[in-house]
Amino acid sequence: MAELSHHRTRARRGPIAYLIRLLVIVYLFFLVAWPVYLVAKNTFADGVDSLTGLLEDPDIVHALGLTVQVALIAVVINTVFGVGISILLVRYALPGKRWLSPLLDLPLSVSPIVVGLSLILVYGGRTGWFGPALEDAGFQIIYATPGIVLATVFVALPLVIREVVPVLEEVGEEQEQAARSLGANALQTFWRITLPSIKWGVIYGVVLSLARSLGEFGAVKVVSGNVLGDTRTATLVVEEKYLNFDKPGAYATAFLLALVAVACIIVVSALRPKEDR
Amino acid sequence: MSIEITGVSKRFGDFVALDDVSVSIPSGGLTALLGPSGGGKSTLLRIIAGLETADTGRVEIEGVDATRLSPQKRNVGFVFQHYAAFKHLSVARNVAFGLEIRKKPKEEIRARVDELLKLVHLSQFADRLPAQLSGGQRQRMALARALAVQPSVLLLDEPFGALDAKVRKELRDWLRRLHDEVHVTTVFVTHDQEEALEVADEIVVINEGRVEQVGSPDELYDQPANDFVMRFLGPVTELGDRLVRPHDLQLLTDSTDPGAVSGRVKRITRIGFEIRVEVAVGEQDVTVTLTRNEFLALDLRVGSEVQVRVAPEVGAVQGRPEAVGAV
Repeated sequence: MAELSHHRTRARRGPIAYLIRLLVIVYLFFLVAWPVYLVAKNTFADGVDSLTGLLEDPDIVHALGLTVQVALIAVVINTVFGVGISILLVRYALPGKRWLSPLLDLPLSVSPIVVGLSLILVYGGRTGWFGPALEDAGFQIIYATPGIVLATVFVALPLVIREVVPVLEEVGEEQEQAARSLGANALQTFWRITLPSIKWGVIYGVVLSLARSLGEFGAVKVVSGNVLGDTRTATLVVEEKYLNFDKPGAYATAFLLALVAVACIIVVSALRPKEDR
Repeated sequence: MSIEITGVSKRFGDFVALDDVSVSIPSGGLTALLGPSGGGKSTLLRIIAGLETADTGRVEIEGVDATRLSPQKRNVGFVFQHYAAFKHLSVARNVAFGLEIRKKPKEEIRARVDELLKLVHLSQFADRLPAQLSGGQRQRMALARALAVQPSVLLLDEPFGALDAKVRKELRDWLRRLHDEVHVTTVFVTHDQEEALEVADEIVVINEGRVEQVGSPDELYDQPANDFVMRFLGPVTELGDRLVRPHDLQLLTDSTDPGAVSGRVKRITRIGFEIRVEVAVGEQDVTVTLTRNEFLALDLRVGSEVQVRVAPEVGAVQGRPEAVGAV
């Protein structure tokens, strides 16, 4: 993690070191900084008109609201399950642990489109495995908000786990054992000892999940149905506007999405305690 | 008896950590579990604490069957080799932890924490985080934390193992004095025989998952039950087929004692007040340690003819050295 490598680095000098730095900066500039800057520049090409125009359109406001709502639900689900699964993986001898761990990485390696299609196969209203039964019971999953949440949860599943597992391993079990021997039950031990010691891992995991959930496109496109004012999310708005030659609108929406992600990172680095920096 | 262990066995896969161990640990004493690394002593301690469960056997603490009791119900204080300090809590909050869990009134907790911090000489560090303490201070904090809940037994797993030699010695003396003040039944694990001999009232020697001997430091040193215990507790040398302590041997220059055997001085090493003399007796090299005055009185040089015998007042154990495992 970042704070560990931080202690090991020391200032290097000499022409090679400066050359390497220059290369890294140029590379990052052309790959990340410049394109993102251009999005912002295009957004404000006509002042704030494109932004205000966006926020006056009730369908767009609905899409933004839906994106935030879905992302928040997905983050909560992924955090609770992510922390739970991490503790299970690190602290307990699970049968088949060797297989579970790579399985948890699957959502990162599989294309989101595949995730979307596979969800339709299971939950699709007409032909899915559970879909018709759920539909009869009054639950529509696919082409509705639950499907979007499901797809988002799926693609962001490993992010909390991958942040929390190494921290749990590094912290070790002794503090928890000490707490148990001092009379704390499992829940008290979790709240008072485990959670505070993995706090930063959880926060990074949450931020990454939030960013991923806000920005998910492929899986959501397949399962949402992309109905304007109903199941269209912010990323789908960007695509729609771009394809319909409404570039200012596309850039403005993209800018809002990027803004939230940047804000997340700023908030976390501001909150982070000094000794970790 | 405060802790009764009956027929406890524990395996980790193929490795037998404890093999049918039965021990009684007396109330109010300071007992050492002594043995080489990997001998099973820490496992036994963790089974007493409930941090491991025995495969078979029974653990009784203060007359209560604790075999299936979870650690938080055993009322046992546990001190870890690497302190297990709660890193995000101040020293005072660390010590208060067990009391907060027990929902004691705030005033009572504050008073008790103050008292304990005074006991372990950490009063001025109450508001620091564990990371701001030295190793010795952290371990004293861990001790105060374990004592705060007034445990029926205090268990320490190689408590000074991670500290440097000087601090280790200080803490060892301090633990002895602390125990004389607090009188809680205490069991500590160590692989350092000097630590066990110096601090403990009673020593349980554990090797390869079995109890080799239980006794006071004097009993163990003077009447070891077998060669293993003898070798583990102090220096040994072989004279004929006897295993003896080098300081229990005498060197004579003109003896007519039929029990003495003749040899030739091979090497003389002086270590401070102690003189170590190696004597070649036939094929065997026997080590004898003498005080400086004894050495000067004998007027020995390399090559001198001497007789070696076991000091008459010593009843050393008979043993066949080759039957003893590696130490």
